[in-house]
Amino acid sequence: MNTKLAIRNIRLSYGKQEVLKGISMDIPANQIVALIGPSGCGKSTLLRAMNRMHDLSPTARVQGDILLDGENIYAPGTDVVAIRRKIGMVFQKPNPFPKSIFDNVAYGLKINGERNRKRLQEIVERTLRSSYLWEEVKDHLYKSALELSGGQQQRLCIARAVAVTPQVLLMDEPCSALDPISTARVEELMLELKKDYTIVIVTHNMQQAQRVADRTAFMYLGEVIEYNDTAQLFNQPQQELTANYVSGTFG
Amino acid sequence: MSLNTALPARSIVQFLGINTLRLFVIIVLLFLGIILWDIFSKGFAVINSTFLLDYPRRGMMEGGIFPAIAGTTFVTLVTTLFAIPFGICAAIYLSEYAIDNTLNRFIRAAIRNLAGVPSIIYGLFGVAVFVQGAALGASILSSGLTLGLLTLPYIITTTEEALKNVPQSYREGAMALGATRWEAIRTNVLPGAVSGIVTGAILGLSRAAGETAPILFTGVAFYLRYLPSSVHDEFMALPYHLYILSTQHHAIAEVRPLAYGTAVVLLGLVFLLNILAFIIRYRYRKFHNHQV
Repeated sequence: MNTKLAIRNIRLSYGKQEVLKGISMDIPANQIVALIGPSGCGKSTLLRAMNRMHDLSPTARVQGDILLDGENIYAPGTDVVAIRRKIGMVFQKPNPFPKSIFDNVAYGLKINGERNRKRLQEIVERTLRSSYLWEEVKDHLYKSALELSGGQQQRLCIARAVAVTPQVLLMDEPCSALDPISTARVEELMLELKKDYTIVIVTHNMQQAQRVADRTAFMYLGEVIEYNDTAQLFNQPQQELTANYVSGTFG
Repeated sequence: MSLNTALPARSIVQFLGINTLRLFVIIVLLFLGIILWDIFSKGFAVINSTFLLDYPRRGMMEGGIFPAIAGTTFVTLVTTLFAIPFGICAAIYLSEYAIDNTLNRFIRAAIRNLAGVPSIIYGLFGVAVFVQGAALGASILSSGLTLGLLTLPYIITTTEEALKNVPQSYREGAMALGATRWEAIRTNVLPGAVSGIVTGAILGLSRAAGETAPILFTGVAFYLRYLPSSVHDEFMALPYHLYILSTQHHAIAEVRPLAYGTAVVLLGLVFLLNILAFIIRYRYRKFHNHQV
């Protein structure tokens, strides 16, 4: 199996508090990997380490390596901006920019230097189609994205991330603010997207992990307790902690 | 038990509380109303085209206040050109780039405290630094820069607040798409903060336009028979003119209507600036609804 992201002994601390205690795992290409675990276990922190979002918070200190196709994104002198172009992120709360639907999807392309109006239109349409949003928004592309429903906003944010054709998509509880129907559509979209992208998703919803993820990692107190095929992890957990969590005994 | 007889004591406290607050609002508005009524009722009569467009004549007993209007306009322009770019840039740095350490916290606190320094101190500082130190002399430039210094802390503080109110998700969202920090600020943060920045800047400027003390030693003149021809000339200004007419003139009682007229014009100017701020804020709010 082709490894897309190789996480090697990642430690992260905020001041004196160690949040990630040496995590190593391989994310295979064109698969969906779910990170589950109780609140505060470090799963979102780990996700944000994968595209160096922690660079933005001055108190966070990261040690260890993360290799994207064998290249260490934490190597000194690495261009963080280039990394984030290759490793996109979708956030927990839909965060469309206060711009039109079109400008939201075109945002990443424009800052990456695409000025050709026609090409922009092409890519925006293609991306919106692949996010199953085109039919709903094609008649008001120039209306504010803030007027969309929560579920549409989140699919727009996914489209926005996909428009810059990253290699990996990180999703931080993308459905936690959505109703079941919108959630189903986002999940459907994820399964479609994994043909072209590698996806890592943080989720609190164990059913969701089982519905979409090929592999699942259970995290607890800053460590990966168990990382296995999703079916294996949920049906035959090897660790007692995992067994207790997936059976709902704690968490 | 009927619902509306429940807990009468608490209902009374509630009733008294709300109405006490209401009373205080009314008292404040009353004072404001009295001031405005006093000024406008006494000053409005002298406002005509001569008053607005003519020079003072016969020892300021007749004629108009055109040089003072022009002077205040010029000096406020200099203040604007100086204070707004510096203030906004400093605020962007402090809000978006400066890390949260002791030095930066100290700098922030110092800037807030500067906003409370009496304006006469700025005036003295202006004399020392601009008039004498930089040898700019008593001039529009010296006064404008001094007023700029006075306005800077206010502009920096309000701009910083406006930037802080832009949701963090706009910054993270942009950077997750491969935007640099500056691109995120330029395309996502600043547009969201414009209405707050403009409001703060204009309120700061309108306060500067009405100040007397900082321009007193740095460039304002008692009476000039010509308009300033460059930023190095002295100028007349509305607040100072008002001060002269109401305390320093040899016939205070006779020029009293002119003093009131000057006050009306000064208030009008400030109102105009505030209306401008309101319009800009309104237009931007239509595009940038913050409730995400």
